[in-house]
Amino acid sequence: MNKRKGILFLVFALLLSLALVGCSGNSSTGGTKEEGEKDTGTEGTKDTEEGAGGGTLVFGRGGDSTSLDPAVTTEGEAFKVTDNLFETLINFGEQDTEIEPGLATEWETSEDGLKHTLKLREGVKFHDGTDFNAEAVVFNLERWKAGNAEQFYYYNSQFGDKIDSVVAVDEYTVEFNLNKPIAPFYKNLAMSPFGIASPAAIEKHGEKFIENPVGTGPFVFKEWKRNDRITIEKFADYWQEGLPKLDQVIFRSIPENSARLNALASGEVDLIDGVNFSDVPTIEGNPDLQVFERPTLNVAYLGLTNTRGPLKDKLVRQALNHAVDKKALIEAFYAGAADPAINPMPPVVAGYNDAVEDYPYDPEKAKELLKEAGYENGFEMELWAMPVARPYMPDGQKVAEALQANFEAIGVKAKIVSYEWGTYLEKANKGEADSFLLGWTGDNGDADNFLYVLLDEDAIGSNNYTYYKNSELHEILLKAQASSDQAEREELYKQAQVIIKDDAPWIPLVHSRPILAGKAGISNFKPHPTGSDLLSHVELK
Amino acid sequence: MFSYTIKRVLSLVPVLLGLSLIVFFMIRAIPGDPAQIILGQLATKEAVEELTKQLGLDQPWYIQYFTYLGGLLTGDLGESIKTKTAISQEIWPYLAATIELSFCAIVIAIVIGVNAGIISAWYQNSWFDYIAMVLALIGVSMPIFWLGLMEQWVFAINLDWLPTSGREEVRNPVTSITNIYMIDTLLQGRMDQFWDVVKHLILPAFALATIPMAIIARITRSSMLEVMRSDFIRTARAKGLRMFWVVYKHSLKNAIIPVLTIIGLQTGLLLGGAILTETIFSWPGMGRYIYDAINARDYPVIQSGILIIAFIFVMINLVVDLLYAVIDPRIKYN
Repeated sequence: MNKRKGILFLVFALLLSLALVGCSGNSSTGGTKEEGEKDTGTEGTKDTEEGAGGGTLVFGRGGDSTSLDPAVTTEGEAFKVTDNLFETLINFGEQDTEIEPGLATEWETSEDGLKHTLKLREGVKFHDGTDFNAEAVVFNLERWKAGNAEQFYYYNSQFGDKIDSVVAVDEYTVEFNLNKPIAPFYKNLAMSPFGIASPAAIEKHGEKFIENPVGTGPFVFKEWKRNDRITIEKFADYWQEGLPKLDQVIFRSIPENSARLNALASGEVDLIDGVNFSDVPTIEGNPDLQVFERPTLNVAYLGLTNTRGPLKDKLVRQALNHAVDKKALIEAFYAGAADPAINPMPPVVAGYNDAVEDYPYDPEKAKELLKEAGYENGFEMELWAMPVARPYMPDGQKVAEALQANFEAIGVKAKIVSYEWGTYLEKANKGEADSFLLGWTGDNGDADNFLYVLLDEDAIGSNNYTYYKNSELHEILLKAQASSDQAEREELYKQAQVIIKDDAPWIPLVHSRPILAGKAGISNFKPHPTGSDLLSHVELK
Repeated sequence: MFSYTIKRVLSLVPVLLGLSLIVFFMIRAIPGDPAQIILGQLATKEAVEELTKQLGLDQPWYIQYFTYLGGLLTGDLGESIKTKTAISQEIWPYLAATIELSFCAIVIAIVIGVNAGIISAWYQNSWFDYIAMVLALIGVSMPIFWLGLMEQWVFAINLDWLPTSGREEVRNPVTSITNIYMIDTLLQGRMDQFWDVVKHLILPAFALATIPMAIIARITRSSMLEVMRSDFIRTARAKGLRMFWVVYKHSLKNAIIPVLTIIGLQTGLLLGGAILTETIFSWPGMGRYIYDAINARDYPVIQSGILIIAFIFVMINLVVDLLYAVIDPRIKYN
């Protein structure tokens, strides 16, 4: 091993020296002098940066944004940037999805849940110097309302036509009139896509607002080089005194996970997300680096398409649930940074049912169930492996292989299949997969955003890929959606989880805690469960 | 020669037409409905239908094709579905990044590859020859992904000589004029940034150069061996010419034609085939631009991107063909 490394190193050194010889020949015009100048130059800027303020943080991430206007996108990468440019009326908690004052300081709901009145924060300015007030809020809401689902996807899915009108009562009071109660109304308002934008800037830039974002957030947009980097800088007139701490943040796209970690280790970036779970021990062993765990708001699962072959039978699905060793999965692929999933939503979500117990890992029991269902000799099925890595599914192929071995042990022969990602989703969506790996990260931390979106019969054709249908569950979920009594809702969701557990449309696998890593000198960085982080408190030493 | 050039350029027209047709059909053979993928998993049927109409995807294929072709002739490469920007407007920064990287890579590949090939041939069966050809064999079969990560690990992390990725130090960004950063920094007289850009280029350029370098070395060696067995070389050596002249003037000139062909082909391949290098070194070039477009089913971008690369490929090979005549007077085109 060592010998091989040695030879390799020699080869590299040889090639490099040749190249350097070539280079120096081409551009020998006063090399030394220029280099001397350069050294003082960079050090000079560094000193002033560090002396005057919080400096520059370079954030390395997997992909570029597609839009800087949060309202028109559904993409996680986009929100990572826009959360720092725009603010919402309601905020999520620092590291949870409880609701807190944002651009609205207080709010009130009518008895019937059809009228919400919000008091707005005074003295807030947009980056272009215009005032934030009730007019601006109404303008934004009307803009979203006027567009279709293609343009403003999240507005349509979270509010749709349930909002009748939005009225500016006075300069700092807005009133939302609904025609149907929306239980998670305030949680929805706290979602990244509902950042309030400057009306003047929207009118000025029109369609090009996606490249010229203007909000009230702690940072102001500076530059976007597509597929490369986005630069934002401190907003001098930000309403929260003393924030942001940093002068500038640069979001760099570094698509490959290992290359991103290399960039962190060599000091080119200060903070990265999308760290491989297998790299955690290496990072922990490096005194210059630190690991951050994002609180979980996700679930990884193996969907069992309820309309296909033996999987039509509830007993078979339960048997498969008994066959999977989740602890081993977590040890092998998540470096321990995950918990076994019992219900389709993580325990932080209000309404989570603690009383539901998981199908224990028990191959014997699984065989018995199979026998009872008439599949004593097992059966064959396809097992689809995700072709892309996600925080909840670091390596679809390997997880699929582990599950394949689990199923083999009870006599079920699973054939691993994979497609290019777009095709995978489309085919699975059409119910063409027997069993398939997939996952979900919550948008607003509400139970509806997991149970209804993923498992209700209304969601067949969209996110209910298993074609699971249960009319009792459907009624419960609709009732919970319309109720504005939080205690009642939680009770309903608890019932829903009992039903789902018994029907076993999935094998819930894990709730993972996605890993980030940064330089040791970073403080006050609090990763948010939704996946987009507010960087205003972050400091860099 | 002149009339040949004209003829060759004219003959490009059917080639490019055929190319555009192949690209057009290949893209439509990708499974998946673009409207569905663009709108995401939760889109309604109506929205999908509306977008399909808006994109013109409900039209018969020949109408779609001729609309596209008509646009091309007027310099309109279409509009990206994802960014809603004209492709002709947004493509240049990616193309410039790719050109800069490919250029450096091919220069490295030629300088090292040709010289290694010559020395190997001259000292045939010496230890240098053996080592160079074993290395060339390794180079041809090198997994670029692994090589790139190893380069980063050795030169960026352990030795701390070079940066791991990107085109520039983002804390001290280059102001782009042409988007070819080596030129931009020189134009602005920023030597500090010029060195920084060069440093960023070294690792990806070497990774990208590895395979062509190995191929060029092998071809040069075998071509040189053939030439060196010929009588005129023996004569040259017999009359006491300095070795340098024998090699670089007499032998190389006669041996260069097949090498040139390979260089032309490899340069073309670099332009389109840099996706792995671009991914590992987060180089914002054409490979990733097209790859992302494929994932997003951004038809116009895939079409125009591939077509532009194909066009450059064809042009490079045209230039190579014409160079034959310049280098070797025995080749005459009529």
